[in-house]
Amino acid sequence: MKEVRLEPEEMSEKKLEKTCPTCFEVPIGPIHPALKEGIRFTFWVEGEKIKKVDIRPGFMHRGIEFMGTKRNLVQLIYLAERICGICSVSHPLALVQAVEEAAGIEVPPRAQYIRVIIGELERIHSHLLWAGVAAHELGFDTLLHYVWKVREPVLDLLEDITGNRIDYAIPIYGGVRRDIPPEKYPKLKDALRYYRSLVDDFVNFFLRDPSIEARTRDVGILTREEADVLCAVGPTARASGLRKDVRQDWPYFTYPDLEVKALTPEDMGLEVRGDVYDRIVVRLLEVVQSIQIIERCLEEMPEGEITSVPKVAALLAQLKKAEGEGIGRHEAPRGEVIHYIRLEADKEAPVVWKVKAPTYSNFMPWFPMFEDQEIADIPIVAASIDPCICCMERVYLVRGEREEVVWKEELLRLSREKTKRVASRLARHAPWGRKG
Amino acid sequence: MKHAELLEQLKLSGFKRALWVYHLNTGGCNGCDIEILAALTPRYDVERFGIKLVGSPRHADVLLVTGTVTRPMYERVKRIYAQTPDPKVVIAIGGCASTSGVFYDSYNVMGPVDNVIPVDVYVPGCPPRPEAIIHGVVKAVVKLERLLEGKEA
Repeated sequence: MKEVRLEPEEMSEKKLEKTCPTCFEVPIGPIHPALKEGIRFTFWVEGEKIKKVDIRPGFMHRGIEFMGTKRNLVQLIYLAERICGICSVSHPLALVQAVEEAAGIEVPPRAQYIRVIIGELERIHSHLLWAGVAAHELGFDTLLHYVWKVREPVLDLLEDITGNRIDYAIPIYGGVRRDIPPEKYPKLKDALRYYRSLVDDFVNFFLRDPSIEARTRDVGILTREEADVLCAVGPTARASGLRKDVRQDWPYFTYPDLEVKALTPEDMGLEVRGDVYDRIVVRLLEVVQSIQIIERCLEEMPEGEITSVPKVAALLAQLKKAEGEGIGRHEAPRGEVIHYIRLEADKEAPVVWKVKAPTYSNFMPWFPMFEDQEIADIPIVAASIDPCICCMERVYLVRGEREEVVWKEELLRLSREKTKRVASRLARHAPWGRKG
Repeated sequence: MKHAELLEQLKLSGFKRALWVYHLNTGGCNGCDIEILAALTPRYDVERFGIKLVGSPRHADVLLVTGTVTRPMYERVKRIYAQTPDPKVVIAIGGCASTSGVFYDSYNVMGPVDNVIPVDVYVPGCPPRPEAIIHGVVKAVVKLERLLEGKEA
């Protein structure tokens, strides 16, 4: 396994000057045409080869967890939705699971099926969006326009069911806010049939195209070991051969009945190489998988209530009494999203709300992916994990005029210092700590 | 013909043909950003009107700003505005860019875009539909042409 260097000191220029005197620095971002969101990459390159990379996040940080502790739990859903506009149902789905666990609210079966359907429709739209962006980064703008054209029907469908193209506002604690009436099933089935008919085209355009293959094969490799050690999630991990999927490992909603399996390129009869090409393969496979899941849901969906607590006032009263903590996990299009929440009685707002977005886990795999790549491959390698910067930016410190991002090492150092402090204080006061 | 006059005419005819827009995300959630991209792709296809997304603010006539302004982006938004050549029009797209939206009470949010740079057109919605974004850009065209004719906008 390649040595994975992550320490900020390793990245420092002084150290680099010693190891690589001919390197020079290429900063990209935070505002750059290749990036859709603000993040800064600093590449140290020797000729065309990338020797080292440093990534500085923090430009999109809005302090959502902090704001969440000042709002009531129903308002929290709308805030969670706006963590990210692309995976805008994944965050609320994880949040409602956390709160339902903390407050002990049951969810009727029909609502669970509707949640799964909306989640999978979102996966289709997100993967198509990614395919378009990837094509654009490779320079195939025709393909970008084609993919975004065929993405519109799924947005129409979501608009028809939920009332909005993006930010669907569908989950609520104890169920969902809108039903899918049986009159709408034919429309859903038509759209799914349409996407099924497109799969061959996608395979031809993306996987059999010689120039796409040349640009993506053996580019941005993440080995299975690296993916495992660096805790990659979602399609990034699965493209490296790790069979890792929350829907399989920790099934929730109706996923236990649907028997979802994590897909890797092996399922298409390909050898796993962990490169960008494999990430395209996995996402195409998942679009097909999502179509199958929705079709099964439509067949098996039972009649019944869509929420266990229909009145919002009653729901708020019940949540105000609730006390406890809960964790919600959901397999977002980009990987596992986790929400942790702690509720206290007689408080409308949560005491703690913690969000872990998939890009946060897929951030570290960028380092081995970029190593020894060419400068021209930066955009496609950066795009290959489907980064969602606004999801990720959770920890950020502002001290007066100084701003700094807290690195993992820094957090670890702070945590260790605190342990020492607490231990010494305990030792002073506790009878067993006194010496002599 | 005097050089300045020629230049004026060129500018005018240029705007009647095409409008170049630059997209700047100042801390949004990507919702508005993908709707801007959707407006450029075949269903809505604003490129048929000559509206084109460019990669540098120095080439742009219109700034499409999405998202509430975060603390690290504050200075950068000002710089991008200064880099855009005159005459220019700024469009604040979405609820966050117009009013800060759901992010109104955070320690890291510097407020809506008009706290930082002057805004000419506001497009409300969370996110606004592509039709609404196109409508905002059309309003911007009208304003730009008035600016070019030397009238008060």
